[in-house]
Amino acid sequence: MSIVHIDNVTKTYRQGKVDVHALSGISLDISKGGFTVLAGPSGSGKTTLLNLMGGLDNPTSGSITLDGEVITGLSQSRLADMRLEKIGFVFQAYNLIPVLSAQENVEYVMLMQGVPAKERSERARAVLDDVGLEGKYSRRPAELSGGQQQRVAVARAIVSHPSIVLADEPTANLDSKTGQGLLEIMCEMNEKRNATFIFSTHDQMVMDYAKRLVHLKDGRIVDDETR
Amino acid sequence: MEILMAWRNVWRNPRRSVLTILAIAFACLLLIFMLSFQFGMYEVMINAAVKVQTGHLQVIAKDYDKDMKMRWVVEDPQAVGDLMLAVPHITAHTFRANGFALLSSRDRTYGGMVTGVLPAREREISSTASTIRQGAYLEPGDTNQAVVGSLLAKNLHISVGDELVLLGNARDGSIAATVLNVKGVFSSGMDEYDRSAIQIPLPYFQEVFAMRGAVHQVVAVCDSLTAVGPAQSTVTGNLPKVKSKRNLECKSWDELLPGLIQSIQMDLGGGIIFYLILIVVVAFSIMNTFLMAVFERTHEFGTLMAIGAKPARLTKMLLYESAFLTSCGIILGIAAGCALTIYVESTGITLGEAQGMLRQYGIPNVMRPELSWLTAVTGPFVVFFITMLTALYPAFKVRKLKPVEAMHAI
Ligand SMILES: Nc1ncnc2c1ncn2[C@@H]1O[C@H](COP(=O)(O)OP(=O)(O)OP(=O)(O)O)[C@@H](O)[C@H]1O
Ligand SMILES: [Mg+2]
Repeated sequence: MSIVHIDNVTKTYRQGKVDVHALSGISLDISKGGFTVLAGPSGSGKTTLLNLMGGLDNPTSGSITLDGEVITGLSQSRLADMRLEKIGFVFQAYNLIPVLSAQENVEYVMLMQGVPAKERSERARAVLDDVGLEGKYSRRPAELSGGQQQRVAVARAIVSHPSIVLADEPTANLDSKTGQGLLEIMCEMNEKRNATFIFSTHDQMVMDYAKRLVHLKDGRIVDDETR
Repeated sequence: MEILMAWRNVWRNPRRSVLTILAIAFACLLLIFMLSFQFGMYEVMINAAVKVQTGHLQVIAKDYDKDMKMRWVVEDPQAVGDLMLAVPHITAHTFRANGFALLSSRDRTYGGMVTGVLPAREREISSTASTIRQGAYLEPGDTNQAVVGSLLAKNLHISVGDELVLLGNARDGSIAATVLNVKGVFSSGMDEYDRSAIQIPLPYFQEVFAMRGAVHQVVAVCDSLTAVGPAQSTVTGNLPKVKSKRNLECKSWDELLPGLIQSIQMDLGGGIIFYLILIVVVAFSIMNTFLMAVFERTHEFGTLMAIGAKPARLTKMLLYESAFLTSCGIILGIAAGCALTIYVESTGITLGEAQGMLRQYGIPNVMRPELSWLTAVTGPFVVFFITMLTALYPAFKVRKLKPVEAMHAI
């Protein structure tokens, strides 16, 4: 069963007088529970495609279906609700809220969803334990290493059981050993919680973890291999 | 948790927040102190004018306050006096009669306002007796004795013991003439009054000016300024019971001293303009702080929006933050403002030689602010209101953010 269905999507940015075709005709089906990696050189359109899948931006043409719902053309407010309920994000630059502790960062998503305080706290601690941050619940982002921060970000992304977790170059700011650790954790979460992961990267090591590897170049899919 | 988050955000940049809080606090402090000072001064001015001149309430023949005609009299002062005894909050009353007269010393002549007073009762109501600089005040039983304003005495070149010839118009149109003995010289501090006023015993006045037992004013004082209004309506309600050819009316001090009220309004108006400028300056510096705070955190707002926060949530958080900042400033400002005001209230501020408006209304040269609920709360309330208004702009600016663009900003 496919969780993401992308149908002939294009994205054109206007930069001054020239049109930049970031994506030109992408069609893609991603099945539930997968561990998909978007690979490709810089400027190939990986970030753009992830943003479209995450409802952060609207495509110029084509349509995107997420978990059975067409998300193209939804209002900003509906998109925000959709992101809150169905999508977990992991960003390259960790993007934690600096004034909140690790646990509070994870809880914040559930707070917006209206989960009661006690349940929030239990679930946040459980998922922080899963990513290997037992006992670091009350640390602020500034008191955590980059790898630890990114694990908090992964915990935040998966805590509310989203349909998909989108991660744009999650390991790019980490050294290879820490990056590998993070990937192990994401693989584990993928299996343990049956979460669907979609990544972008140009790092060979990350690609090795992929169950499916989609190669982009100049806004087109040039290769799609399932392993 | 959002309140907690807002609170922590306030302290992310402690120096900036402290500066903002201090700016707000300083504005509040200044407002409280200056308003208290102004109101303290007004109260002194009002009390001085009421004490020296008008009393709190006067019963007079209709329009006597506008045009002091000899024949517009209160014919039966005793009846009005009895009526006042029954009115709550009126603590004392007395009778006065006034006549314009030419006053001649050996070598000079000036016009002056001669007032007939009951010396014993006048002491309870006016401060003239306590402002005697030379000689003594009138006593019951005195006849052709007079106390004279200091500037008038100076103009006439007279002092205690000298004689003064009075020439005026009596009630019936005949000539009122007598020779007075200067018993004392008073100085109320109000130049205008000291330049023209002269007091003689009422019975003697009535004889000289052929008053046939009538007076011009029944003057009363109340136990507080706030009691004046109710007392006035009670007296007004009972006045028709007193028989009189010309209708009687009861006027309050503010109706009798329109000039004083105008001066206060002008002074207050000038003050308010200054306060508004102050508040606007503070508001702009606060707006700057809020805008910077929003601008710096654009990236973070982008993240929050990406994980599903709606702009309304961000707006709410920013408004919490502004409310915290403003409240801290205002609480601090009220505390400091009240402390300063109370301190100065106890020590007083010594002004130099009183000038202008102060001099005209007989202000002493040590001034004390007067802290009240009104002066303590008005300024800070306006500051709070304006600050929250300025905070709305940046708080609603985040609504325009788009998550992707916001996250691009660093
Ligand atoms: N906001 C934008 N305005 C204009 N052009 C843009 C914008 N965002 C991306 N582009 C262009 O779209 C193309 C695809 O960009 P995208 O960020 O998706 O590439 P990427 O594969 O993520 O690259 P990288 O590996 O460097 O992150 C690029 O040519 C880029 O210049
Ligand atoms: Mg990218």
